[in-house]
Amino acid sequence: MSTEDAWFYGLPPDDESAAKARISEGEANEPADWPEVAVETGFVEDVEAYYDKLHSITTAAANATVQERERADDQQLKHAVRAMDDCERTANELAERVAEWAGTRLSDAGTGVEYARELVRGVTTDPADADLRSLAQRVVDLADEAADLRRTVETTAPDVAPNLSALAGPVLAARLISLAGGLESLAKKPSGTVQVLGAEDALFAHLQGSAPSPKHGIIYTHEYVSGTDPDQRGSAARALAGKLTIAARIDHYSGDRRPEIDAELDERIETIRSRGDET
Amino acid sequence: MTLPHGVERRAFDGTESLATQGEPVYGESVEDGWRQWVPERSKLGAMLELGVDTGLAGGETVLYLGAASGTTVSHVADFAGPTYAVEFAARPTRDLLDVAADRHRLFPLLKDARAPETYAHVVEPVDVIVQDVATRGQADVALANHRFLQDDGRLIMAVKARSEDVTRDPDDVFADVTDQLETEYEILESRRLEPFHDDHLAVIACPR
Repeated sequence: MSTEDAWFYGLPPDDESAAKARISEGEANEPADWPEVAVETGFVEDVEAYYDKLHSITTAAANATVQERERADDQQLKHAVRAMDDCERTANELAERVAEWAGTRLSDAGTGVEYARELVRGVTTDPADADLRSLAQRVVDLADEAADLRRTVETTAPDVAPNLSALAGPVLAARLISLAGGLESLAKKPSGTVQVLGAEDALFAHLQGSAPSPKHGIIYTHEYVSGTDPDQRGSAARALAGKLTIAARIDHYSGDRRPEIDAELDERIETIRSRGDET
Repeated sequence: MTLPHGVERRAFDGTESLATQGEPVYGESVEDGWRQWVPERSKLGAMLELGVDTGLAGGETVLYLGAASGTTVSHVADFAGPTYAVEFAARPTRDLLDVAADRHRLFPLLKDARAPETYAHVVEPVDVIVQDVATRGQADVALANHRFLQDDGRLIMAVKARSEDVTRDPDDVFADVTDQLETEYEILESRRLEPFHDDHLAVIACPR
């Protein structure tokens, strides 16, 4: 054994955050009589004091890690991405209302969230436009909220689903998890279902016999689908869905990052696209 | 076989049951400060109920692998000495923290029992390892944690056949697990935990 392996080695006695980090991240090959080492090295007065300290530090460290891990939970991600979509959609709807209203009062009225921002910055100071400005402020707040939520999704998704986020990008990864209801249920879906997630209306129309089968659902937003020639798009969607399904399964069942699946997908899409060039 | 010091048979609603003294944690019956220890909910409780010679005397230093939400750990900490409780999943650890809040010699560690090097800098050599992990490779976990057991220590293990392979006959699974354990442990006793737990084997062993 080696004294330097102890979680408390060289720690100032009252540095709780450093101690928590040592408990969480430290390593040693072999255990040792740490209580005795702690007394011998003067870290604590006696063994009882050591156990008191160990109890408070291990509890605090476990608590911090639990909170961190639970924040990075797939259900939290689902709520964040749904809230983000709600905020964006509502901001856009209200922005249309603002534009329509502003058009009746101001000569150079524009459209969209950007115009709402201009209004808030003070295109008009007429007291009669107070309601209009106030509504524009709501649009801006919602758009800012959506941007904050997007940042949350972008940082959380790689924790929840590292492989899926690497392949799909964090936002699409979060949308897939949200559509499936969670990472576990996404991991249990066949690839053909993942391919058309988000295209349920088209799928049911097809199943009733009145429409062609949908080639892709929400994964259309991925560049590998939208950026592929329409003739090859079905193949690209199928290949992407296959790899996304595998990524979701690795994320759910093992959780470690496997960079090789990125390369396999890149290669596959390249083959599909070059096939399109030849014809 | 005698019960460890700190574990007693007490009457709850007229029937005798194992019990320990401590703060209640999961809605168990309490009489005069004694908490009922229900064998159906605890593999170690079932072992004591079935008369398995666990070698526990009370007051030992314990490494508990697979603490989950702390149902069994709470009883262990009531009668044992310093108890290191390893659990890897965040959700049950939240409940385990509540158990630890009332027990000052219970140390919760959010760690993977398959990776002992991530907690060997905290855990001291112990008298007893209690293992109840529901992952594949339960024998590997016991072998990897062999380093924590003192020469005269005990391994008290509940092997769950379904965790290894749901399709195989539990007896075949148990035979493989005990064969693997015997590379580093001497098995003192093993028996099935029916009727309290289906397809579980209790193993009591000491280091070779």
